[in-house]
Amino acid sequence: MIRIDVEKTFPAIRIEARFEADTRGVVALFGRSGTGKTSLVNMLAGLLRPDRGRIEIDGRVLFDSASGIDLPPEKRRLGYVFQESRLFPHMSVRGNLEYGMRRAPRAERRIALDEALDVLGIGHLLHRRPRELSGGERQRVALGRALLASPRLLLMDEPLASLDGARKAEILPFIARLRDAFAMPVVYVTHAMDEIVQLADTLVLMDEGRVAAIGPVEDLTSRLDLRPLTGRYEAGSVIATTVAGHEDEYGLTRLAFPGGELRVPHVDAEIGAAVRVRIRARDVSLAVGQVGRVSELNVIPGTVAEIAAPAEGQRQTDVDIRLDIGVPLWVRIARRSLAELGLAPGVAVSAMIKGTSIDRLSLSRRKLDERTPMGDEEAPTGRLP
Amino acid sequence: MDSFLTPIEIEALALSLRVSFWAMVWSLPAGVAVAWLLARAEFPGRTLVDVVIHLPLVLPPVVVGYLLLLLLGTQGPLGALLQDWFGVTVAFTWKGAAVAAAVMAFPLMVRAIRLSFEAVDRRLEAAARTLGAGPVTVFATITLPLILPGILTGLVLGFARALGEFGATITFVSNIPGETRTLPVALYSLTQTPGAEGAALRIMIISVVLAFAALAGSEFLARRIRARSGAAL
Repeated sequence: MIRIDVEKTFPAIRIEARFEADTRGVVALFGRSGTGKTSLVNMLAGLLRPDRGRIEIDGRVLFDSASGIDLPPEKRRLGYVFQESRLFPHMSVRGNLEYGMRRAPRAERRIALDEALDVLGIGHLLHRRPRELSGGERQRVALGRALLASPRLLLMDEPLASLDGARKAEILPFIARLRDAFAMPVVYVTHAMDEIVQLADTLVLMDEGRVAAIGPVEDLTSRLDLRPLTGRYEAGSVIATTVAGHEDEYGLTRLAFPGGELRVPHVDAEIGAAVRVRIRARDVSLAVGQVGRVSELNVIPGTVAEIAAPAEGQRQTDVDIRLDIGVPLWVRIARRSLAELGLAPGVAVSAMIKGTSIDRLSLSRRKLDERTPMGDEEAPTGRLP
Repeated sequence: MDSFLTPIEIEALALSLRVSFWAMVWSLPAGVAVAWLLARAEFPGRTLVDVVIHLPLVLPPVVVGYLLLLLLGTQGPLGALLQDWFGVTVAFTWKGAAVAAAVMAFPLMVRAIRLSFEAVDRRLEAAARTLGAGPVTVFATITLPLILPGILTGLVLGFARALGEFGATITFVSNIPGETRTLPVALYSLTQTPGAEGAALRIMIISVVLAFAALAGSEFLARRIRARSGAAL
């Protein structure tokens, strides 16, 4: 459990952040630039001193202004992966990797060098110098260096922000593997929603130095009132599923979610594995009444839960609708269709989704018993009519 | 084997090297410490320290030499202390010449090292802290290796300045053959001696060759350090 309650005043912004989050899995801090995400992580790491407050991780007090506790960074045993890799230029990759490893108390070393090299795919780089590495390699080495110090928690401050799209795609699976292979709790700072959807379990939304909302990723991303904060990402729904079976004949995988099953192109995961999918609102179409034979792989019955008032600046031709298909599902249709179909809260509809338009994001191998994959069951049902 | 150099020249050359070497050895730790203070620490009187350190650059060397004589001469307050506590006499000895050279070279050395301190990416130090290294370890394993090129530059500048030291030296420790007659002092003596133009010319050439050798050697070392460290200095 992370318990944080800190205040710090800067000339430009006042940070007043308080939240509690489960340290199993990935906690993502999300918000615009300049909302204090990095400052908050630096306070966790001990690199920045809060004016007042208390920081506790898994029962261990790292900072408490009331009792004068302020552990220095080297005593906190938190790994930190920075936006710029910050590798030591005068050491080889091996020297960098071993820097934290050698300083970790022997009894607490739980990650072997070979294992980390294997997971991160950096074994062949050991004798190189940091400046001889590509951006992606550098960031992988930085991950390994932080990991090998066997920290109690890994802090990552936009570790992908300095990489281009291809490099990002190269690193993301490594972070997911590291989370799964070493059961390492992670606090992940980003302003990219796609990274959150792929990695995070818990989302902490920051706004103007404060925590605006906290909850499961699936919940917060489907909440309309948080659109101003999450909406920079294209509107859609995130659904937690588990692999129910494979249809090898057609190269498909069936994913179970509380409202039924989704068919998507083959997912390389064993049955029972948790997979998170994201469905963009514009990729869903609606039908009322009996649906004939359609080419869409997924035709899912549901009811209209909410029709969103158009957001400011949004094109007035479209309207967002939240369906209840067992979980919330956002749909974007033309306003003309809304009128023609006579949609209103409570109307039964069928949602049609092409299998290929579904992003299968989190290929986590975590098992059902390790966490609740049906994150939406925790959603307050009161918001559904 | 008869060498190229006369015994007198060898004596002056060896003395110059010895004086400059010890001047550097003794002032290096202080130079690093002061450079660190000026680059990193905030303390009252910081500007004053900065000014005092730089005084030898702007004062006439003769003035510095005379100050040293007042302070460190056998009658001077510090000179008496050194004599009583350590039995060390610096006035009119080669040790005094080394002190004069060190004082005159100090600002150059501090400036070079300070610049390299300021060029160190402090985010690397923060990263090392998060990896479990305390402040002293971070200094030894991160900061010091990264400022090595700057330390070398400071040493070379200081060494060259020490080799050339004349005004403060002759004022403080005079011109004693074999004790304080370094190359510049020897050259000065020869120019004052009728008919010694040839000998003076030879000393001048020795000085030039020595300066070249020092610069070339430092450049070679600097390249090796840079290649090894990857530091952007």
